[in-house]
Amino acid sequence: MSPAAPLALLGRTVLGFLAAVGRVALFAGDALSHILRPPFYGREFLQALLQIGWLSLPVVGLTAVFTGGALALQIYSGGARFNAEAVVPQIVAIGMVRELGPVLVGLMIAARVTSSIAAEIATMKVTEQIDALVTLSTHPMKYLTAPRLLAALIVVPLLVGIGDIIGIFGGYFVGTGSLGFNPASYLKNTVDFLEPLDVISSLVKGCAFGGIAALMGCYYGMHSGRGAQGVGRATKSSVEAAAVLILAANFLLTGVFFSV
Amino acid sequence: MITLTGVQKSFGPKTVLRHVDLTVPRGTSMVIIGGSGTGKSVTLKCILGLVEPDAGTITVDGSDVHEGDRDAFLARFGMLFQGGALFDSLPVWQNVAFRLLRGALKRPRAEAREIAIEKLRRVGLTPDVADAFPAELSGGMQKRVGLARAIAADPEIIFFDEPTTGLDPIMAGVINDLIREIVTEMGATAMTITHDMSSVRAIADHVAMLHDGVIKWTGPVAQMDAAEDPYLQQFIHGRAEGPIAAVR
Repeated sequence: MSPAAPLALLGRTVLGFLAAVGRVALFAGDALSHILRPPFYGREFLQALLQIGWLSLPVVGLTAVFTGGALALQIYSGGARFNAEAVVPQIVAIGMVRELGPVLVGLMIAARVTSSIAAEIATMKVTEQIDALVTLSTHPMKYLTAPRLLAALIVVPLLVGIGDIIGIFGGYFVGTGSLGFNPASYLKNTVDFLEPLDVISSLVKGCAFGGIAALMGCYYGMHSGRGAQGVGRATKSSVEAAAVLILAANFLLTGVFFSV
Repeated sequence: MITLTGVQKSFGPKTVLRHVDLTVPRGTSMVIIGGSGTGKSVTLKCILGLVEPDAGTITVDGSDVHEGDRDAFLARFGMLFQGGALFDSLPVWQNVAFRLLRGALKRPRAEAREIAIEKLRRVGLTPDVADAFPAELSGGMQKRVGLARAIAADPEIIFFDEPTTGLDPIMAGVINDLIREIVTEMGATAMTITHDMSSVRAIADHVAMLHDGVIKWTGPVAQMDAAEDPYLQQFIHGRAEGPIAAVR
């Protein structure tokens, strides 16, 4: 093996990664431009709102309520080590709104919505439905990607907001039900402690994560390989990419909003 | 008239179309035959602009297919895909009326549904199929719905990609007869790709034999059996021996 081989491999990997980033960026730009340009497919948009928003509510609600409850228990038992049990309402609120709400909702959307979008579009590709769309004078980006992306950009922040509230109430039920907190003072502490920036950051993260989830589903679906294996690979890759990008975007956005 | 001149297309190292020259006169039915993987579907997709050729020109009535208004160009075409390519998420009537529910040809919903039901009737399907979803239909019914969708907007040019593949001989005969009737009745230009020689005889005015990326023979269907081209003769008689390798 040539001594330069590892360097060549590294170079190929970096170039491949940059090329992939470029392809995704171009795809995202194209998708966003189709959101702004007519024709608009209202029916497809409403259907995407229903699929991504309404039908995700149960999984988002359950995830949030259990996470909020577990968080309250953890903060209580951890805080007891230095006599800080009383901060449960405040830490549950800040933990849910700033981090766990948006991230967990984003990851659940990646699992539920990204996979579903990727599998659906990939199946459409391998069964020539995408070609059929083109022959029927319908741009696949406009018909398939733009409505899903727009719906995710709008509805995922709402889901995050709902998840935040349900998560806080998960902590509230545990705190007042088994940790001995007074219900009124628990709620008062929660409301008093949260700042507008906490809520704004949560909603902005929701918007970004929704966009990532929808884009990855559409991108991998549109670039699926052939056959069942191609559909499976596209689905798996879309969820992996969405999850990693959501966590990376979360880190960046947290830095933007809260770096000191 | 559809004219392909010197069309070439490769996918990576694999050359599919080496140099395709073909003319399909207006109002005639051209059937392209050839073995699997010889580029028949790629030829149709090049004409529609779904695949970009590496070289050569393709014109429809003298206009380059890559120039001008794309929507107006595609509005002239209807296509029946090999697997039907029906949209799973839409009921049958919305599949058939897809073009009539959006874009330049948009009609009121009730009118589009009426036209869809009329087209379904034309391909031998009853109105109760209209509200079913594609997954609820048999293969033959899906082909007929695909055919109804292809003709829904009364196109000038219709492409049929393997219209009888996967169907029993009776259903294949029904589809062949439908295609012939519809093409004659609409006066459309048709291009069909198939392996099925009974389809060729039922549908074609002209036949082109595609092998190894070039047109080996083309002529009227009536002259096909008497032609001396060894590739054509091996193909139409289904012989294992001949210039076309059985293992490709």
